[in-house]
Amino acid sequence: MSPDRRMVAVLAVAVLAGFAGLARAQPQSGIVRPTTEPSSPNAQLGAELYAGNCASCHGIGGDGIPVPRRGAGGIAGAGPALRDVGAEAADFYLRTGYMPLSSIHDEPGRDRVLLTDTEIRSLVSYVASLGTGPPVPVVRPQAGSIADGLHEFAEHCAGCHSIVGQGGFVTGARVPALQNATATQIAEAIRIGPYLMPSFSRRQISDAELNSIVAYVLSTRHPDNRGGWGIGNVGPVPEGVITWLVAAVAIVLFCMVLGARLRA
Amino acid sequence: MTLLSTIGRWLIALLTLLLGSLLRTAERAQRKAEREQRIVAPGEPAPRAELVVVALLLLAGLFAIGFVVVYAEFSPATISNELLGCCLALALLSVAGALTVFARRIVPDEELEHEYPPRGHPDEQLEAARIVRQSGQPITRKKLLAGAGAVAGGALGLAALAPALSLGPLLDTDPLYRTPWRRGLQLVDESGAPLPAADIEQGSFYTAFPQGADPEQIGAPVVVVRLSESALRLPADRAGWAPRGIVAFSKVCTHAGCAIALYRKPTFAALEPRPALVCPCHYSTFDPATGGTVIYGPAGRPLPQLPLMIDRVGRLRSAGNFSGPVGPSWWGVRTRRPSA
Repeated sequence: MSPDRRMVAVLAVAVLAGFAGLARAQPQSGIVRPTTEPSSPNAQLGAELYAGNCASCHGIGGDGIPVPRRGAGGIAGAGPALRDVGAEAADFYLRTGYMPLSSIHDEPGRDRVLLTDTEIRSLVSYVASLGTGPPVPVVRPQAGSIADGLHEFAEHCAGCHSIVGQGGFVTGARVPALQNATATQIAEAIRIGPYLMPSFSRRQISDAELNSIVAYVLSTRHPDNRGGWGIGNVGPVPEGVITWLVAAVAIVLFCMVLGARLRA
Repeated sequence: MTLLSTIGRWLIALLTLLLGSLLRTAERAQRKAEREQRIVAPGEPAPRAELVVVALLLLAGLFAIGFVVVYAEFSPATISNELLGCCLALALLSVAGALTVFARRIVPDEELEHEYPPRGHPDEQLEAARIVRQSGQPITRKKLLAGAGAVAGGALGLAALAPALSLGPLLDTDPLYRTPWRRGLQLVDESGAPLPAADIEQGSFYTAFPQGADPEQIGAPVVVVRLSESALRLPADRAGWAPRGIVAFSKVCTHAGCAIALYRKPTFAALEPRPALVCPCHYSTFDPATGGTVIYGPAGRPLPQLPLMIDRVGRLRSAGNFSGPVGPSWWGVRTRRPSA
């Protein structure tokens, strides 16, 4: 390698490293923070974060803003009231990255979580203090049965989320895959019904059934692919595509090779 | 009746005519073949191979008939799928075996080397036709073979057509209009427990059945949701069908008969799509607020709505039968209302 080339290589590596450093050093975008942030969760921090990041849509004190209106910073805000949603909903929306939304017209979905754990705890306890909502549910998947969970999941959830929790569509919205949801998030989503999902009360899904459903969903992350290849575990359409475009072509090619050898 | 028998007589006459003309042409061809000169050496007849082919073809026919019988006799919940697969596979394998034996043992496979003839020579074309015809002459039981082939082909065709019978009754559609619902019947959940109106929450959805009826009947299951009473836009003749905003619809999609297993409800109504019942098969989307009208997808009819009432102890009961026939459509589906 000539000295010139070595120089170029070293420069390129340096530039790339610089970019990587920049990416890591970048402030977490979009979150308004108090200048001095305490290291442990506290009510003051929760209130400040709420005022800076949530109030433009959810209103002061969680009253909600029923129709879009321009507020601080020219942001058009509108959102449901949070007075009685409790820690359950706040914990779900913040820990999955569903909230904060960059635009009120976006469909909330699993995203990068921009808040630190301390910030989330402060915000959750602040939202919980606004009214009389349910606490974060306690879920024990190890107490549930995967077989019962499959039965309940097929009845209540699989219509939208597909039987192995790969997600899909409902008219007007995407249905999220469940592969990255934690046990607590699954339980929270079932009880609160985020975005367009219906909620399920204890009358429909008891706490014991909830444990089983969570156990089943967690088990779908490592499906037992008896055929060797799950093809994404999405169902018959990709399986059919593979059958026709890969397997059928392979068989035809095999037959052609056989025929060519016979003729030779 | 007279119309049917007239059509039957016409059909028989037509069939006889067709058969007669076929036989006559076959006879003429035979006589012509006897007159022409030989090119292909008269081959050895292979009666045993012919018997094997006939047996295999009849076996194929038998398995194809077996397919039809299994399709008709077993419910899909039992082992019918495996049996159907086996019957079809064995029928096709038998046909394949018959064709293999036919090609290897019966059809002469002597190779004749020839200059490629210039195109458009009528003499050469006649000669080629003659070679083909004479090649078939060592086959002694042509009619038997053809008959066995016809049996196998006919039975396989029948097997392919048999599932079409599942498309539903063509003439007697009366049972399709009957549902187990009648006025005063209590709504129960899948475990048979009655549904109190107070338990039906907004933003959730419930499946219910008529008390004491067979839940497997197509008209039995309903999906129950609660909307805010101000959001309801039911047709004028359905006033009072939705006590406290609770509405019930048939759970069977009017397009292809799948279960309406999806309910979408907005968390924030101002910005999100309105509540809808969605079928997971082809995304037919029904608006519960306007009486089950189709707002998206291939369904051709609204979801039939079940009128509800609340009894003295606060339980949900049906106040009559559905607003329209339940399930996928058939001829004349729009002409009648369902009955108990």
